[in-house]
Parts: sequence; C-alpha cells; structure tokens
Amino acid sequence: MLDSLKSFLDGSVSGTPGQLNNQVWALIYVLIIFAGVSVAVIAMNWLERKALAHFQVRLGPMRVGPHGLLQPIADAVKLLIKEDIIPAESDKFVFWIAPLIGLLAAFTVYTVVPFGPSQAVSDMNIGILFMLGVSSLAVLGIVMAGWASNSHYPLIGALRSSAQMVSYEVAMGLAVISAILMTSLHGTGLYGVSSLGDGTGTLSMIGIVQAQQEQHVWFLFKFFPLGLIAFVIFAIAMVAETNRAPFDLPEAESELTAGFHTEYSGLRWSLFMLAEYAAMIAVSSIAVTLWLGGWLRPFPNLLSGATWDFIFALFPGLTFLALGAIALLGTVRMPKHPYFKIQTIGLAAFGVVLAGIGVLLLAVPIAAKVSNQSILSRSTEALMNVYWFVAKVAVFMYLYIWYRATWPRYRFDQLMKVGWKVMLPISLGALILTAIVGVLLG
Amino acid sequence: MTPVATPFFFYMLSGLAIIGGLLVITRRNAVHSALALILTLLAVAGLYLMLYAPFVAGVQIIVYAGGIMVLFLFVIMLVSLERTVKERQFNRIWPVGLLASCALLALLLGVYAKGKTLFEGRPAPPLTESSNTQQIGLMLYGNYMFAFEVASLLLLVAILGAVIMAKKRI
Repeated sequence: MLDSLKSFLDGSVSGTPGQLNNQVWALIYVLIIFAGVSVAVIAMNWLERKALAHFQVRLGPMRVGPHGLLQPIADAVKLLIKEDIIPAESDKFVFWIAPLIGLLAAFTVYTVVPFGPSQAVSDMNIGILFMLGVSSLAVLGIVMAGWASNSHYPLIGALRSSAQMVSYEVAMGLAVISAILMTSLHGTGLYGVSSLGDGTGTLSMIGIVQAQQEQHVWFLFKFFPLGLIAFVIFAIAMVAETNRAPFDLPEAESELTAGFHTEYSGLRWSLFMLAEYAAMIAVSSIAVTLWLGGWLRPFPNLLSGATWDFIFALFPGLTFLALGAIALLGTVRMPKHPYFKIQTIGLAAFGVVLAGIGVLLLAVPIAAKVSNQSILSRSTEALMNVYWFVAKVAVFMYLYIWYRATWPRYRFDQLMKVGWKVMLPISLGALILTAIVGVLLG
Repeated sequence: MTPVATPFFFYMLSGLAIIGGLLVITRRNAVHSALALILTLLAVAGLYLMLYAPFVAGVQIIVYAGGIMVLFLFVIMLVSLERTVKERQFNRIWPVGLLASCALLALLLGVYAKGKTLFEGRPAPPLTESSNTQQIGLMLYGNYMFAFEVASLLLLVAILGAVIMAKKRI
C-alpha cells in the first residue's frame, strides 16, 4: 500500500489513478472529491441565499455568524436533529431508498470529471456517455420519491419531472453529440488551427479537452456560431435537467407546495438538496469540459512559455487574497456597537484564514520557480488545472442563482413547447450543420 | 488496464440480475416490478462492461435504465394501482409457460454441456478498450448499414402509429 502511495508521487509517471491501476490513490481522490463537492454545496447554499436576497434588496441571513456565514452549518444541524417523518400510508422501502438513489447518481458522475489531465479518478473511454447515463438515473430518485409519498402533490411533481427530464434529455444529447463531433473534425472554421489527426473523435472527458488544446480553440468558438448554438442549447437543457428555476415545475411552490419532496423532512430532505446541488455542479462541469476548455487556462497556446505559465499560476493565490481582502473590508464596515464584537472578530479571523490560504497558494508556484524541484512544479500544475476548472464551474453556479432571481417560472405547456418545438429542431440543425461544415472545411 | 476481482464481480452482477428478474415477476405492485427491472438492467450493463464492451454498457444505462424505464414508471403511475394489486397475478395458461421455460432450460443446458463441439472456432479476441466505440461505429455504418437504417424505419413506423392513435383529426 505504501508502495502504491509513493509510486504515484514519483515524478516519472503521470496519469489518472484509474489509468495507473492505483486503487489507493483512486480512493484518496474519491474522498477528496466527495469532501470538495460537499464543501462546495455548503458554500453554494450560503451564496444562493445571500445573492438572492441582494437581488431582491434584502439582507439575507445575517444572524448566525458574520454575514450569516455559519448559517449552512446551523441549518445542517437543525436538519440532522429534526424528527424523521415517514407517512403512514407511504411505501416505506421506496420512500427510504429514493433520496439515496438521487444522491448516488449525482455523486457517481464525479468519477470521470476531469479536473486536470491527471486529476480525475479515472478516464473512461466512454466518459461522456457514462456521465449522461448516470445523471439520467437521477430522475428515478425523484419519480420514486413522488410515488412512494402516496400523496397528490408529490405525484404530480414526479410526473412533471419525468416528462420534463425525458424531453430535455433529447436536446441535451444532440448538443453533446455536436461537441463530440468537433473532436474529430480538424477543420479551422473562423478560429483555431488545423491539426493533423486521423479524424478519430473521442468520448473520453480528458480526450475532449485535449482535442480542444490541440485544435487551439474552445469548442464554444469552433465553427462560429455553431459551437455557440450547441452550447446555449446545452446550457438551457441543463437547467431543465436539474429542475432549477425557471424550469422548477416539479417543485413549484405556488402550485405543488414542494413538489416531489413535500412529504420528506429532516435528513432525507437534506439528501435531496445535496443531490440537487451536486447534480448542478456535475452538469456544469460537463458544459465546461465540452465547450469551455475544461482545465485549460485562457490562451494556453497564444500566451505560452514559462513566463506566462508563471503569471497564470499566481491566479489561485491572488483570488484567495482578494477574497480575504473583501472579508477584512467587511470587518471595517461592521457596526462599532459592542454587540457586534464577536461577529467582527469572527469575520476578521475568516479573512485572515482566506488570506493565509492565498499566501500558501502563492508560495507554491514561487517556490517552484526558485527551487526548480519537480514535485513543486507538478503541484503548481495540478493547482492551476483544478483552479481554472473550478473557476469556470463557479461562473455557471452563479448563473444558476442569477436565473432564479431573474426569470419567472414557465407554464407546463410552454415548457414542453420550448423543449420539443424549439430546442430539439435547433440542436438537430446545429448538429447537421456542424457535420457539413466540418466535412467542407476538413 | 487489468480487471480487478473478476469472479467476484461476475457472480455479484449475475446474482443481482437473477434476483431482480425474479422480483419482476413475483411482486404484486407494478412499480416494485419496474424498479426490480431497473436493477436487472443495471446489473446486465455491468456484465457488458466485464465483457470489454463499455459502449454497449453505456448505451444500456442511457436507453434502458434512464429512458425507457422512466417512461414505464410514468405510465404505471397513471394507472390505478389499487385495482391491479387485487387482480389475479397468474393466468390459467401456466402449463404452457412451464413447458416453454422447460424447453428453454433444456436448450441452455444442452448448449452448456455440448457447446464446444457444436460451435467450432475460437471466440473473437476482445476489442481493445481505447478503440471499442470506434469499432462499433465502423461496424454499424459499414457492414451492417442496411440493418441499421431499416431499424430507424421501424421506429418511424412506431411514431406514426402513436400519432395516428393519439390524434383524432390529422
């Protein structure tokens, strides 16, 4: 076990734990990703409540911790110690297993999410197919929950959900196919360079990002505007797939109380929330991988060279320093009343911790530059890959909140009309045009 | 990449598939049957994976477990379950069914016992994992192009039938 631990850190090998058949490191990666996604869900929970409140000119959570920073933890504790209610007339087994299925489906897809060329649990030959397949199982959890509750609102929510997810999966799949097609088409279009390949595409998540690197273009800009159209279709369909506003009909509060999870309480309800947010992050990482260059930093080919690499490697540290500075600025703006003393100290400590992480992340690339050690330069590279991937996903996470604050909910017939009569023909057209343009230019 | 703990996974997956299959026909509640069928389909997808056919496994999950079974559940939920639970579960032609399944079992056992002499020639070597999807694509659009396209025509007929049945005036 110690050998497999060490052999992975050895500078001579590189690749995912799955490729190297290293089960110990695969397990470590799984634990890291699980912890990371859980922390991201907690942070997203806080950010969503705060950002939504500010959109609506409210303050949002302010009481628990400075600026409500400890609110998610308080919520989690409350949910854990709440009474666990199972309706008497419900189907006990299905009711019990439904949230687990949703959670499993949401977390299993992270096996193939490429945080970097070797920062993924495994690189499957059918990566994107696996991701779409497993995330399509998430609807089963919702349908089972709605049916097992043996109540009208949850059942209607589950029916809406299954109809909606099956409809939008079609447009989503066609958009994904047009991106996969681009991995095999080496024509230039408006941007990018023609690279010499044998015309073979790939379904592997890491392979898709590497194809974008080889062709010197994010697929968002390839065959402009065809890549953009496919991306927009996917970006709309993924909001519908995760049941978020403006497509949150399965849990429309004004009509169905809480939709499919009306009868759920306490821990089981929080599992549904965890699954929903984990699924949001997962589909956003599909979008980032397929169209936004995955872990690639901006302009990896135009601004190449050791100097530019070093400058871009400073970004993670600078981001955390900026976040720390914002927190410390908040300390200054705190009311000076003695009542706020503890909160001010807490916010200052939070700012110092963020700034400390920033200094640490700045130290790694600088030390690598000075000392020229391979382990340091490898960790710099890993840091940069993960940073750019997470930064791109974070943009999508903010967009989710923005959508929710901006748009009213669709009516169900409008939803079906958009899905079948607008999105499906457009994505099909984009796919056919991509193929034609690729053959003409290739 | 070398496979890990192959016999263990094979027996686990086939056991799950068989248990799921038994549950499908023994549960009184149609939703429980559908869920057991999903278990079977997923276990079969795992078996495809063990046969070095990752693409088929992925398609099995997307099409059957994620697509068709969701539609199944959608339809079952609209049916009044209270009535169906009380109905007779087994019909009167069970002797015919028993006979048919016995014949199938005999065929299975016969092939298992004499398969080596009946079918000569070695099994094709497994495709390498990295080119599996590509090979399937070349087969479907090369050797089996006609059958593939005819299958799509069949689906078109099904869609037309559904439209005609659903719409009174076209």
